[in-house]
Amino acid sequence: MKTPIYLDNHATTKVDPRVLDAMLPYFTEYFGNAASRNHEFGWVAEQAVDKARKQIADLIGATAKEIIFTSGATESNNLAIKGVAEMYAEKGNHIITEATEHKAVLDTCKKLEKMGYRVTYLPVMGDGLIDLDMLRESITDKTILVTIMYANNEIGVIQPVAEIGKICRERGVLFHTDGVQAIGKVPVDVNKDNIDIMSITAHKLYGPKGVGALYVRRKNPRVQITAQMDGGGHERGMRSGTLNVPGIVGLGEACAICQREMPEETRRLRYLRDKLRSKLEAGLDEIYLNGSWEHRLPHSLNMSFAYVEGESLLMGINDVAVSSGSACTSATLEPSYVLKALGLGDDIAHSSIRFGIGRFNTEEEIDYVADKLVDVVRKLRELSPLYEMAKEGIDLSKVQWAHD
Amino acid sequence: MAYSDKVLDHYNNPRNVGSLDKKAPNVGTGMVGAPECGDVMKLQIKVNDENGIIEDAKFKTFGCGSAIASSSLATEWLKGKTVDEALKIKNTDIVNELSLPPVKIHCSVLAEDAIKAAIGDYRAKQGAKTQQVPAEQTVA
Repeated sequence: MKTPIYLDNHATTKVDPRVLDAMLPYFTEYFGNAASRNHEFGWVAEQAVDKARKQIADLIGATAKEIIFTSGATESNNLAIKGVAEMYAEKGNHIITEATEHKAVLDTCKKLEKMGYRVTYLPVMGDGLIDLDMLRESITDKTILVTIMYANNEIGVIQPVAEIGKICRERGVLFHTDGVQAIGKVPVDVNKDNIDIMSITAHKLYGPKGVGALYVRRKNPRVQITAQMDGGGHERGMRSGTLNVPGIVGLGEACAICQREMPEETRRLRYLRDKLRSKLEAGLDEIYLNGSWEHRLPHSLNMSFAYVEGESLLMGINDVAVSSGSACTSATLEPSYVLKALGLGDDIAHSSIRFGIGRFNTEEEIDYVADKLVDVVRKLRELSPLYEMAKEGIDLSKVQWAHD
Repeated sequence: MAYSDKVLDHYNNPRNVGSLDKKAPNVGTGMVGAPECGDVMKLQIKVNDENGIIEDAKFKTFGCGSAIASSSLATEWLKGKTVDEALKIKNTDIVNELSLPPVKIHCSVLAEDAIKAAIGDYRAKQGAKTQQVPAEQTVA
């Protein structure tokens, strides 16, 4: 077993060797520009891109023509939201999203607000899910888009996407979902889930960084978006720019592998995730799951360890790569906004650790991490004045703290 | 984020972790910070009443590695100093000793506050004791 152990698969994933193998020839041998219409170099590249389109479409129940390539999900989110806002500006100027979205969505919405659009940020309930009635009530005749992520990157919670899509259909509002954490991990189907537009990225499903896609529905309804990247009219006029052929080949291959291996992989990762949780709960008291257990990605876990601060925990397990919702670990010293949106106290946000188990993790690694974490939490609780006070029976919520 | 060797050393081998009897008349207890901020430090000193020297110091901290190191270091420095000397410890001394980056300077400030709070508590207890003495003399 090698260290450091990588358990941060929500942040990024290792490129599957099979994906890399598929990509390499497109750097060296088949290096043509897919838009070169007049020679074999171009045709070969174009063929590879078309194959990838189909592989991606198959994974999500779409057709190849509905896949547009981008530089990644941040760009896809920007393209979807700004593209719809501009195209449908005469129909309305209201967009609905929710509080735990990725910054690529939230910051894009804030930009649109500055440009005069109205945005509703739905709160989430304590388990991280949106309230469908609240969504219904927020839709007006000026609403042109609902954008709600399929699964959350911090807490792994899966939203009731099919129901959200159904509500949007009934009201004639387009539904975009950031599918980054869900695609390839759970069976996403744009028709069953009533999705009109969806953001996809390669580097969360064992593909390379720097390439992604946007699913744009062509039928029932036909969705149109205004390009955000101009210059040549590539991708049916929706996204100009020379295609990243090797990256696209990688994305396609990664999707094909996910489709083939998803049932077995899901079983294995869920088993490892559940084992991690059981071992932690067996070894420690006062640890809490953040977000719904029932509606959660099978490989995802986010737990808080009361009375112990997240960064000091990470220091103790320095041969394990995970991430924390603690303020100390963020550049801005603000605790995780996602955990705050769940209504968690700052102290619980400070004590949280996010685990993302992946294709290349082994049971031996999970056992090691669980044992080590239990050990570190115990040691840090010896150091913790809060644990001491709690054990003395003091109600910490009633204490008057001396702030600076 | 790379930690300095000294911070790692204090984290892996913290000095003087524990508690003193906060009811003892020669023990001063300082508790600073707040859980919402991610930093709480409890620092205690045991002072020799006769010569005013800090005989023992203990700490407990809820916080990041730099916070733990700052308070651990503080207890090391406090032992053997008089209370007046202890008041001269500045957060910048801690920053320099541990090579804390700018984003962690507030940890050293909290440690300095904890020292002052512990001394303040000790002095308040001493003040309460000396106030009793004139009453006895008057009676006598």
